[in-house]
Amino acid sequence: MPATTHASYDAVIIGAGMSGLAAGIRLAHFGLRVCVVERHSSIGGLNSFYRLDGRNFDVGLHALTNYRPSECRRGPLALLCRQLRIAREELALAPQIGSAIVFPDARLEFTNDFEHFRAEVHRHFPDQKERFEELVRHLADYGELGSPHTLCSARELVTAYIQDPLLVEMLFCPILFYGGPRPHDLDFGQFSVLFRSIFMEGLARPLGGVRPLLKTLVRKFKSAGGLLRVNAGVREIVCSGQRAVAVRLENEEVLPTRFVLSSAGLRETMELCRATPLPPAGEISFFESISILDVQPADLGLDKTVVFFNDSSRFVYAKPQELVDFRSGVVCVPNHFAYDEPMTSGCVRLTALANYDRWAQLSPEAYHEAKLQCYQRLLEAAARFVPDFRDHVVAHDLFTPTTIRRFTGHHNGAVYGSPEKRYDGRTHLENVYICGTDQGLVGIVGALWSGISMANRHVLQEHSRPGAAPFSVVADDRGPF
Amino acid sequence: MTSAEIQKAILDILASIAPDEDLSKLDPQKPFRDQMELDSMDFLDIVMELRKRYRVQIPEEDYPALASMNSSVEYLLPRMKDIPAA
Ligand SMILES: Cc1cc2nc3c(=O)[nH]c(=O)nc-3n(C[C@H](O)[C@H](O)[C@H](O)COP(=O)(O)OP(=O)(O)OC[C@H]3O[C@@H](n4cnc5c(N)ncnc54)[C@H](O)[C@@H]3O)c2cc1C
Repeated sequence: MPATTHASYDAVIIGAGMSGLAAGIRLAHFGLRVCVVERHSSIGGLNSFYRLDGRNFDVGLHALTNYRPSECRRGPLALLCRQLRIAREELALAPQIGSAIVFPDARLEFTNDFEHFRAEVHRHFPDQKERFEELVRHLADYGELGSPHTLCSARELVTAYIQDPLLVEMLFCPILFYGGPRPHDLDFGQFSVLFRSIFMEGLARPLGGVRPLLKTLVRKFKSAGGLLRVNAGVREIVCSGQRAVAVRLENEEVLPTRFVLSSAGLRETMELCRATPLPPAGEISFFESISILDVQPADLGLDKTVVFFNDSSRFVYAKPQELVDFRSGVVCVPNHFAYDEPMTSGCVRLTALANYDRWAQLSPEAYHEAKLQCYQRLLEAAARFVPDFRDHVVAHDLFTPTTIRRFTGHHNGAVYGSPEKRYDGRTHLENVYICGTDQGLVGIVGALWSGISMANRHVLQEHSRPGAAPFSVVADDRGPF
Repeated sequence: MTSAEIQKAILDILASIAPDEDLSKLDPQKPFRDQMELDSMDFLDIVMELRKRYRVQIPEEDYPALASMNSSVEYLLPRMKDIPAA
């Protein structure tokens, strides 16, 4: 079904990242007139892809979380596929080989089999065994993609169970790196969701990276009749009283709509509504490097999938004073997932905390210079924890917080968005909802789920009740469709 | 639509929601929930698919009638008898 521009929409969705596309699929599938508007020329948001010097790169992807084998019909990933009408096999996910959390005097390995991690914790922290088990039982009482909105400090709750501070730091390190929107701590509900999705379910990656997933999402959306517009940034959400009536694009075009779902971020969406006061912007951002090697990483002894490292017994997760915080980081080897056929070239991704302001202040020349210097220092920093691969790098690409800002519009290049989340998706306007990162679920699976659940809860369920105002299309006027 | 056609319509909907399930072994007497992995969200999708495909409106209080194949067909027959099969 070819999509066509309409005079007005049932829903306009801001952003063609994971959450916006997932929301779009749900609404278009049930016959709503939906338009997804994306500021950039390409889709994917924080998890986009691009081509450079004849090579394919992913912006974000280390791994998808929440992995379970495809025979397993339970869990968030399976539900997500059903909701999007995607066969689980279509994702072609390959599970991780094995990962590790490495601190100076301790190392915990984990795989997609939680028993393995459990045994590691028991072995390295024998006096914490019972307490760790109690924590796990507590976490298991949460729903699968649970209630991320338990608004108490995860640090407080976890330290009430676990007495050895080193184990606490080692548990927080991967969880904060893969989803912490604010310094040091996060809501216990978010901790619980991330703990399950990383340790109890697991990590996986499609051989082709994020590209096939995004292509599948776009194909689903378009074939359901949805319209995707790129190079269509929203300048304003036009309001009348307590409701939005339209969105105005940067080219001044006005799209009247009944609902707005925004993945632009909470503060960013409020700004589009010209609302005050504004919620705080996030400050956690990263420096990320991708190195292409002339050998397979395993040949150098780099045999893990992901290594989270930290060089002291205390893990500091915050905006650093310097451009980049080299004390801790993440090493991800995309080659180390159990693909049917191996990835041709060796690749290593390194991630470390970074300071947006420091990067934003640099002149273009200084910025370029700083990027290369930080890359060298990050390679050095990682070489303390994984085999040194510096002599084998044949190509690289680097992102800074300003790159992330430029590509997603998130203030400060805040990868996990605002420290303040809107778990119910509501805003001060009756028909404007937040989806994605600032609704409170992060990561690819989290963002997809956020889009689905916000579309269901605020748009579809309200209007699938008998007696509810029918959507334009239900009345059989699909026009060109 | 006849009972058989309604049954086929429901099977088509289930297959679209859960393409990975083998529906050939579905026991029409037993609740869907006991035989396949369906979340409450998936149940809502059955209702919405029926509305989308056949314009049948099912009020929330009647959702329990959709628990199994037999109960669904029994519930839907009077409501869909005038609808032509797709
Ligand atoms: C370097 C990096 C590595 C990552 N690694 C992983 C990983 O390994 N695994 C994982 O699960 N997650 C990872 N993530 C996180 C994951 O990418 C995000 O959590 C997820 O993609 C967020 O999706 P979203 O839909 O909420 O938001 P976004 O992806 O931010 O999408 C928002 C979209 O809205 C658009 N937009 C904003 N403002 C406007 C406007 N005014 N008008 C029109 N469009 C607008 C933006 O251009 C963007 O496309 C990583 C992120 C980064 C940056």
